[in-house]
Amino acid sequence: MKDIASFESGVLSEVRPGVSRPPKELWRKRKGGLVVVECPQRIPCNPCHTSCPTGAIVKFEDINDVPAVDYAKCTGCALCVAKCPGLACFVIDIACGDGTALMKLPYEMLPLPERGGVVKCLGRTGEVVCDGEVKAVAEPHRDRTMVVHVAVPEDKVGDIRAIRVV
Amino acid sequence: MREIAADVLVVGGGPAGLSAAAEAAAAGAGVVVAEAGLHLGGQLVKQSHKFFGSRDEYAGTRGFEIAKILKDEIARHGDRVQILLGTTVCGYYGDEGVVTAMTGEEEYFRIIPKRMIVASGAQERLIPFPNNDIPGVYGAGAVQTLMNVYGVVPGKRVLMIGAGNIGLIVSYQLLQAGVEVAAILEAAPRVGGYWVHAAKARRLGVPILLRHSIKRALGGEAVTGAEIIELDEKFNQVGAPEEIECDTICLAVGLTPTSELLWQAGCRMKYVPALCGHVPLRDALMRTSNENVWMAGDVSGIEEASAAMIEGRIAGVCAAESLGLKAGAKKLDGFWERLGNLRAGETGEKIRAGVAAVTVAGWEGEAV
Repeated sequence: MKDIASFESGVLSEVRPGVSRPPKELWRKRKGGLVVVECPQRIPCNPCHTSCPTGAIVKFEDINDVPAVDYAKCTGCALCVAKCPGLACFVIDIACGDGTALMKLPYEMLPLPERGGVVKCLGRTGEVVCDGEVKAVAEPHRDRTMVVHVAVPEDKVGDIRAIRVV
Repeated sequence: MREIAADVLVVGGGPAGLSAAAEAAAAGAGVVVAEAGLHLGGQLVKQSHKFFGSRDEYAGTRGFEIAKILKDEIARHGDRVQILLGTTVCGYYGDEGVVTAMTGEEEYFRIIPKRMIVASGAQERLIPFPNNDIPGVYGAGAVQTLMNVYGVVPGKRVLMIGAGNIGLIVSYQLLQAGVEVAAILEAAPRVGGYWVHAAKARRLGVPILLRHSIKRALGGEAVTGAEIIELDEKFNQVGAPEEIECDTICLAVGLTPTSELLWQAGCRMKYVPALCGHVPLRDALMRTSNENVWMAGDVSGIEEASAAMIEGRIAGVCAAESLGLKAGAKKLDGFWERLGNLRAGETGEKIRAGVAAVTVAGWEGEAV
């Protein structure tokens, strides 16, 4: 089966408009983490902005704009992670500084992970990147989109975008 | 024969029809909603994903929750809205001002509406290939109904044909239901649906094969697999076909407007590929060339439910106003602005062109 993991088929391979990466220096010290957004197509959608309590996801001039992030205002609260219908927001906390990072990932599958359990961390094409330890399972909007907090090796945060409960 | 009078008859109880009914009832009109299905909400009741759009269109809310919100809005109008479930509107006799309808297979009756809003939605397209009539070949709508309305999974391993929003979303819902998705095939060189929907399926391990299509279904009594084939840029088959094992083939290859009633009503129709079929000419008020008939939602051209709800509100307001009711015509500017915003981006380009091709400034001088 000739499956090419191209951008045109839904796999991100490079930073482009609509893909937000935090500035390294701020990222290192911001406890709670900062949001990474991977929404590279102009579509009529803005719940990331309307759900953001601090205005870190900048107001949309046009609802079709791709999201822009003002990182000075981001607290890593992950309300956008739970609200985005495209599951395109992820919060990554690298402030710990011991080689581990905490990722807050959206999750809409069953079974639910358990705190303290180990899950498989998946990359952008579903490949297993590594194991991760579940630190918390939250449901910020009480709408069955979970935000799972997973401890992972810091050098893997660019690759991990989902989890699988095993 | 039973006869029901209505100020406004709304044909179809989906997102467009319910929105239209809510606006017309709010203006004081007596509304009858005829819904062919067994419940209100149309496709919304199967949509377990969160909506895009803005807050005004319930962005971030799951489709079935939006159906509840619309039903609650209708319920607040009490007796002013009469709901007829299991009821198909099947005949339009304009000269006598009569519409005929059937409830179930038994009762045939007449509705005498002053105005009619057709929000009859769309039907699925199918593509021809050998063996497409064996058990296990489904339309995506049927898969969604089975899973999300009745709680039944269609199979264990599904091959999805089509990477538009429906194909991508239904694939994700299959994964949520614990069903394996063998692959999503897409004949075009890129996914047709929103990129983020593709990414959601991708990161759960679903391959998306661009420039691929199904050649035949395999199996005798039921589907056991499929033969797939690569396509070149002119959609010619290249290379040797390949077999994929699956017990379900799900077709998500597009929709076409369900416009029979509008033809019967003598509305001027036009074939517009960008709107996925024959659609009625309309003015900005969503009125057809038949001055007593309005339209809203997919029957006016295939688009997202968020747009259908706004069109429904426009049609509801305007049909009520035409009866001399004060429906708040000043709301219209807001509706048009929201509709314009939804269609403003690149993904709305096709819709904008299609709508422009069938929108008239006024009916004077338009041959009817």
